[in-house]
Amino acid sequence: MLEPQSLHPGARVMSEMVKVTIDGTTVEVPKGELLIKAAQEHGTYIPRFCWHERMKPVGMCRMCLVEVEGVRGLPPACTTPVADGMVVNTLSDAVKDAQDGVLEFLLINHPLDCPVCDRGGECPLQDTTLAFGPGESRFTEEKRHWEKPIAVSDLVLLDRERCIQCARCTRFADEIAGDPLITFSERGGHTEIATFPGEPFASYFSGNTVQICPVGALTSKPYRFRARPWDLSAVETSCTMCAVQCRGALESSSNRLVRLLGVDSEPVNQGWLCDKGRYGYDAVNVDDRVRQPMVRRAGELVPCSWPEALDAAAEGLRNALAADGAASVAVLGGARGTNEDAYVWSRFAKGVLRTDNVDAQLGDGLPAEVALGLPHATIADLDRARGIVVLGIDLKEELPVLYLRARRAAEELGVPIVELSATETGLAPYAASVRYAPGEQAEAAQRIVAALGGSAAGDADIDAAAAALAGRDGDIVVIVGRANLAERADATVAAIAELASLDSARFLVALRRGNVRGALDLGLAPGFLPGRVELEAGRDWFEDAWGAVPKERGLDALGILEAASQHRIGALVLLGADPVADCPDATLAAAGIAGARFVIAVDTMLTESNRRADVFLPVTAWGEQDGSVTNVEGRVQRVTRKISPDGTSMPDWRVAAELALRLREDFDLATADEVQDEIARVAPAFAGLDSAILRRARDGAVLPIADHPDDLVLGRLSLALTDASWEPIAPGQADPIPPEPEPEPVSDAEADAADGEATAAGEAEPAPEPELARPALHVWDGAVTAPGKPGRDAYALRLVSSHVLYDGGVMTTATPWFAPLVRTAVLRVHPQDRDRIGVVDGGAVRVTSARGQLDLVVRGDVAIAAGTAVLAWNLPDRGANALVDATSLITDLRVESIR
Amino acid sequence: MTATETRLVTARLRERPQDSWTMEGFLASGGYTALRQALGMDAATIGPEVVGPSGLRGRGGAGFPAATKWSFLPPDSFPRYLVVNGDEGEPSTFKDRMLVELDPHQLIEGIAIASYAIGCNQAFVYLRGEFALGYERLTQAIKDAHAGGFLGRDIQGSGFDLEIVVHRGAGAYICGEETALLESLEGERGMPRIRPPFPAIAGLYAKPTVVNNVETLSTLPHILQMGGAKYGELGVNKSTGTRIFSLSGHVKRPGNYEVELGITFRDLIESPELGGGVPDGRKVKFFIPGGASSQWLTGSDEHLDAPLDMDFVQQTYSVMLGSGAVMVYDETTNPVLVAWRLAKFFAHESCGKCTPCREGAGWVEKVLYRMSHGQGRPNDLDLLFDVGNSISPGVVNAPFTQTTICPLGPSVVSSVASLHRYFRDEVVEMCSNRSPSIPVRAS
Repeated sequence: MLEPQSLHPGARVMSEMVKVTIDGTTVEVPKGELLIKAAQEHGTYIPRFCWHERMKPVGMCRMCLVEVEGVRGLPPACTTPVADGMVVNTLSDAVKDAQDGVLEFLLINHPLDCPVCDRGGECPLQDTTLAFGPGESRFTEEKRHWEKPIAVSDLVLLDRERCIQCARCTRFADEIAGDPLITFSERGGHTEIATFPGEPFASYFSGNTVQICPVGALTSKPYRFRARPWDLSAVETSCTMCAVQCRGALESSSNRLVRLLGVDSEPVNQGWLCDKGRYGYDAVNVDDRVRQPMVRRAGELVPCSWPEALDAAAEGLRNALAADGAASVAVLGGARGTNEDAYVWSRFAKGVLRTDNVDAQLGDGLPAEVALGLPHATIADLDRARGIVVLGIDLKEELPVLYLRARRAAEELGVPIVELSATETGLAPYAASVRYAPGEQAEAAQRIVAALGGSAAGDADIDAAAAALAGRDGDIVVIVGRANLAERADATVAAIAELASLDSARFLVALRRGNVRGALDLGLAPGFLPGRVELEAGRDWFEDAWGAVPKERGLDALGILEAASQHRIGALVLLGADPVADCPDATLAAAGIAGARFVIAVDTMLTESNRRADVFLPVTAWGEQDGSVTNVEGRVQRVTRKISPDGTSMPDWRVAAELALRLREDFDLATADEVQDEIARVAPAFAGLDSAILRRARDGAVLPIADHPDDLVLGRLSLALTDASWEPIAPGQADPIPPEPEPEPVSDAEADAADGEATAAGEAEPAPEPELARPALHVWDGAVTAPGKPGRDAYALRLVSSHVLYDGGVMTTATPWFAPLVRTAVLRVHPQDRDRIGVVDGGAVRVTSARGQLDLVVRGDVAIAAGTAVLAWNLPDRGANALVDATSLITDLRVESIR
Repeated sequence: MTATETRLVTARLRERPQDSWTMEGFLASGGYTALRQALGMDAATIGPEVVGPSGLRGRGGAGFPAATKWSFLPPDSFPRYLVVNGDEGEPSTFKDRMLVELDPHQLIEGIAIASYAIGCNQAFVYLRGEFALGYERLTQAIKDAHAGGFLGRDIQGSGFDLEIVVHRGAGAYICGEETALLESLEGERGMPRIRPPFPAIAGLYAKPTVVNNVETLSTLPHILQMGGAKYGELGVNKSTGTRIFSLSGHVKRPGNYEVELGITFRDLIESPELGGGVPDGRKVKFFIPGGASSQWLTGSDEHLDAPLDMDFVQQTYSVMLGSGAVMVYDETTNPVLVAWRLAKFFAHESCGKCTPCREGAGWVEKVLYRMSHGQGRPNDLDLLFDVGNSISPGVVNAPFTQTTICPLGPSVVSSVASLHRYFRDEVVEMCSNRSPSIPVRAS
């Protein structure tokens, strides 16, 4: 295994330093660094439009021309690498003349419609003109005119008159997103950004172009005309639309969320966001939010006061406990909240209700034993991996910004990718692909492992994959998720076990739901207690801390729903969970909710699942609550409250604490900080990560801290060269917290604490009992029961159903911007299979599984393996949800044409 | 003494107008003997020992010494490519077109010699798209050369292989700029690249690449046959050999003339063997000495008697011989109208990559249009001069200074600088008497 030092994302490869003199000051900078960047890091801002730190320089706008002694003319600082002894002048008359000239040129055709332009007030062209420009124009001719604006996609509008042709958007689309759907057309003064007719800029990442546009040429539909920049205030937070948890600057105006901008966090998102994350904030604003508690009276959910609702919920729980004991109480969900929500609910369920029937996943993920117990990799490890193996999951659809990182690793850093999947994923163009039939991935993984061991598989794809992974040093990073909801997780687990047998394999467990990792880490899974500790291993420690823990291991989500459907669950808590939409077995989910005697919904909106709840407790959403979350790599970062919630909703964790109080247990927790401190004290994997440290950790911290000391950088950086959002926003810039005069180092005590020494992080808060040893973190033993090879039905197609970015989930359908983007249900099969069914593309078919039946439209697609059928999960009306029996290994479909 | 043509490169097409472009005609007039001669030599010596002493300079416009360009190729990096710049788009330049249409085999022979000398097995000809006849004849000539064993594998038993691909341009002037040409050849949008890296290090498909002009390569067989030193004796100073000048405008005998460098502009324009003078006894008002990108010279004796010497005219008058197009304007010409027409060309052809050229060319064109159509203002010339200064600081320099990536930007400014330098009073006078934009009626 590599030394942690070499894995640290911020670890700079020590390169040769050279001396450069910029405006009379001599500084040392890494050899070969671009002059514009070297100058910026030493406090000299050279104006620019086209240059962006995360993209290749093009030298087009000519704004950054400087004088370099001994060089003829004025070279652009963005394409000039520094060399030893270079003497640079950025302030000379010649440079000033050139700057005046370029700005005058840029403005001759640029409309001065700043008062009605979204960018006005934070516009780089405005700001640069003010700082460096000539002040007035001598242009008296007619400006060029174009129709304005035109839609280049469903989310992005283009005003070509404002465009200054810097190619930031086109380069982003091509270099970063891999969706080269916008480009220049025409030439000279007629140069315009264009899409190919009929092919819009339908990229999952299109919103980034709006953020990096140096003028108001690109605007987004959701933000357009919604606010003026000077009315906005921002805080830094993490997006929780998926488990990558990109850093962002969340802005509001008049207590309404209006914008999320990407923050350039090197280890996480490098400044980029996906469109779903960027524009998902509107789900917080929607009218469908439940703003008052409700109880069921005479069959109807009716608004009531909080005490009434809490009393009713506590009553329901007490009744179930009294009637059938702790095993009849269950909690489903918790993956959409914060770590604090997860911890307090975990403590409430396991320490007060004493039930282990708790699961943050809904049968749509991986067993907690596996997810928590694999050797973990970080996102930044992708950059220097020996190779990346993507097992099953389509990152582009499920964790889009992780897809960008993997793509960049392959395209820019030369890291080979092996895509081991049932059908083509977004990474296919950059990967060596190995296909398997659904349910048979373990065999494919085993053959790759064998081929890596030296025995040629005789299969061209597998040998090519093994060869791709043989070329470099370092670890193999395996990205694994739940790729197919139409098969049990067993085959994926067996494939993971095969890959885990490689010494160099480390895993990014790519479960998608916002804070699923935090929820699992904090014990919202059967058999686990907070801090990645198994129930038995942590029994003494947590009995000491909490007073009680469940007697025995409980049921997972499918088990809970099964039990509920048989009326064995007296009280079911739906903690932001929508099993009818998310559980692979919709029939079971519906039956379970119907069968539970008493249902408590803790949620922000009414869903198909919680509509029949007996008590509805409205909670705060993202952007309305402080706390922390944990991402796909185990990185804990803060989320920040930006607006006050409408109505009376409260954070999930306070609901748990209030309910505990009604069951005669006082958690004595008043703020999110206090919860964080308790987590740091009690949950072993979180040792040392208290609220004070988290508040000052620039990029958060990767758990456990002792294993990732370099990822914890204390003290906020603030490069306040400009606050214009088009530049990469450094962490800490949006929500400046003054750096403390003397940042405390991570004390040995904290590091030791994680090693098992029961030393407290702070003196004021002693460990529960000095003599108790902190329980060890869970490690998966890799034991699997072979699921067996599913039988082949020659007349059937095997179903692959996975999540797509714009699905029929609450977050997308509740947001007006996403509604037009939600996919329509299409059954995709190999053209051979389509022909065999006897239909043409667009033809209607009837699909029958053991569980259900659907009428669908079919389309042939060579990316689908023969014998396989693909239907996206959870689409409005026609997702695959109704077809799947969660207990069967795979889902076979009979497909026949309807005439 | 009357100045006459010195025909080397154009000898065959003048002597055999009936079949100069065919294999038969070519072989009958000594074709491919220079290639055989070259193939008998040590390839590495051709550049430094033959082409170097000849003093051959690029005929495309910049006039860079050919052998020096070849020497920039990194020694151990293969494959490497020869790209022939046949995208002759400079207004009033029409010499390469003649060479491709009337003597394609001579070009092929030159390509083969150059490729052998630099160790290249794959050459590309980027031919201006409008040269339909040239394309037809060149592709036929390549077929015939294959059949004759002058291209393909093991050429003339020497073990040297060479293939030539002809690619037709799609109508962009900028693709005559070598890095934009390479982009276009790769299938990208024709826009110049940032240098470094220079094409010799990372050119076509990021491989070491030499880009040479059609006339440069067509000259090579003659240098081989004459010997480099002998060729170097022709011409004057560092402008050795002969060049083809495309003479146009107000002359009696417009056309291509191959002359020994060192004769004067007056010789070229007035010699009865060459231009034959200005019609109807009028005088030269001004002329453009080196293609549309160049600054102008006037009909003064000093300028007319200047020698065709690339370095002399550059150092003395800040003009260039460029692509060898000489445009003559007599005393009836309105120089502002000429300047506008040239600016219109450059504004139309600006690729749009960098700001000063994209925006500046259009601005200059709009102002010149006004000026040449009766709407000029007295300070317009100063404005243009200032705008020009933002594109090409100093304005009156050759070689150009520029805030742009490639020389197309400063080319826009050349005519403005010339107006400013030679016709300032006339232009200001003209712009002081503009007609009102709204006619004033007598009341």
